[in-house]
Amino acid sequence: MKISLGRYVPADSLFHRADPRTKIIWTVLMMVLILLCRSWIEYLIAAVFVTGCFIASKVSFKFILQSLKPILILLIFTSLFNFFFYRGETVAFMIGTKPIYYESISMSIKTIVRVVLLIISASLLTYTSSSVSITDGLESLMRPLSVIRVPVHEIAMMMSIALRFIPTFADETDKIIKAQASRGAEFDSKNVFKKIRSYIPVLIPLFIAAFKSAEDMATAMESRCYRGGKGRTRYKILKFSSADIVLTVLTAVFGTAVIVLRFVVKI
Amino acid sequence: MSIVVKNLKHIYMPKTPFEKEALKGINLEIEKGDFAAIIGKTGSGKSTLIQHFNGLLLPTEGEVNIDGVAVTKKNLSDIRKKVGFVFQYPEHQLFEDTVFKDIAFGLKRFKLSEEEVKEKVYSAAKLVGLDESLFERSVFELSGGEKRRVAICGVLVLAPSYLLLDEPASGLDANGRREMLSLLNKLNNSGVTVILVSHSMDDVAEYAKRVTVINDGLVALDGTPEEVFSKRDLLRSMDLDVPEVTGMFMDFSEKSGIPLPTVVKKEQGRDLLIKLISEGRFSL
Repeated sequence: MKISLGRYVPADSLFHRADPRTKIIWTVLMMVLILLCRSWIEYLIAAVFVTGCFIASKVSFKFILQSLKPILILLIFTSLFNFFFYRGETVAFMIGTKPIYYESISMSIKTIVRVVLLIISASLLTYTSSSVSITDGLESLMRPLSVIRVPVHEIAMMMSIALRFIPTFADETDKIIKAQASRGAEFDSKNVFKKIRSYIPVLIPLFIAAFKSAEDMATAMESRCYRGGKGRTRYKILKFSSADIVLTVLTAVFGTAVIVLRFVVKI
Repeated sequence: MSIVVKNLKHIYMPKTPFEKEALKGINLEIEKGDFAAIIGKTGSGKSTLIQHFNGLLLPTEGEVNIDGVAVTKKNLSDIRKKVGFVFQYPEHQLFEDTVFKDIAFGLKRFKLSEEEVKEKVYSAAKLVGLDESLFERSVFELSGGEKRRVAICGVLVLAPSYLLLDEPASGLDANGRREMLSLLNKLNNSGVTVILVSHSMDDVAEYAKRVTVINDGLVALDGTPEEVFSKRDLLRSMDLDVPEVTGMFMDFSEKSGIPLPTVVKKEQGRDLLIKLISEGRFSL
């Protein structure tokens, strides 16, 4: 109950109401469109659109910062590399004997903007859709693959079971760690090998619990007559709504703008 | 010498949409040698509370003192040696390949000699009534009741002066249940302070010397079992109830019009009935 994995934050917003399929396709499209951006004006449009989407999703800014944290170092390194090693034409100033070009300055800023925009748009999907709805959406999107005998339903079922058990096992792990700590286990050794060894008392009970849960789950599914995807109906049927139309139209406008600027106007 | 809780507050996942204030300012003192029971409905905060007693959780606000020392990040090791904690279904935490090794697990970090370890394990096993012939068996071959005793033994081997237990009798059969509770009684008589969290009012009434009711993150009632269980309506409003025997005598008193004291133990009930009948105030 204390650990929230899967980063879904329930709220009522345009993004929360939109169909997961729309959001998955939207995320992929956003990746492509943001990577297409070259000029400042394109980046500006992208930044405005992503910011708009972010505001419309009602996701707290703190969560976005949280998802940016892990890639912060990568971000700093790439922009530093761009800053020092990108070869441009006009020299802006010299650091010692090393010329720094105008192009390299703008390149490093653009890299930062690009990565930040990519992360924000990808986070919007996971912050506004529950893991169950993402799996449902993926299953629905992958259904055409079942023609070439890809077991789409089984893959989706496996994914949703795996996702379903992450919080359960996280709680279980928390409980086992506390129990072992209460009988004298110490997990804060500085020595890496000792540290790994100290987790054995956690891992063994956790594996036993996992196998037991899997067995119970299988029995429960069988006693409810589960026999795979064939002929199975759904309780929650995915439906496109007005939110999807709004999102699609806005994204189409944004996409057209970027493509026109990039390939037709070529500024 | 006691556990003193001062204005304890605990907030889970602060400053997120999942923020939850589980404890809202608990004040409590548990004397050394006491047999205290903590009751409350699911989600009342009782588990959160007792996890503060051995530093598994640290206060968001307020303080927990064990024998005059505040629980902080720095003295966890000492605190946990002094305050043992038996979780619900403790047998799920067994992992070593033999019973002996599992019991001795907690002693590892004290760098004791083999003889000392052996001595401590044997005396702890004797305390919980675990036969030495089981020592070299795998823990996974044992029965449910035996497994639980091994797990509790693994906590007792550290000779804690306070013992916290979360539903120690759940999932045991009637016999196992009785054995478990009389074990706690035995431990308490030998000087260990026992703090029991339970949903079974009958067990609490039968064994505890003191009952604390936690409701919505606050201490709602605190006193002897007689004091606490005399307030049936209040307990029911908190989704709790009185022990079977208490309820029975309350109903009896209401229907017959004979005023009776609060009865919490079966023995008390039996004696009261005998007295009523022999005095001729009630006949069958």
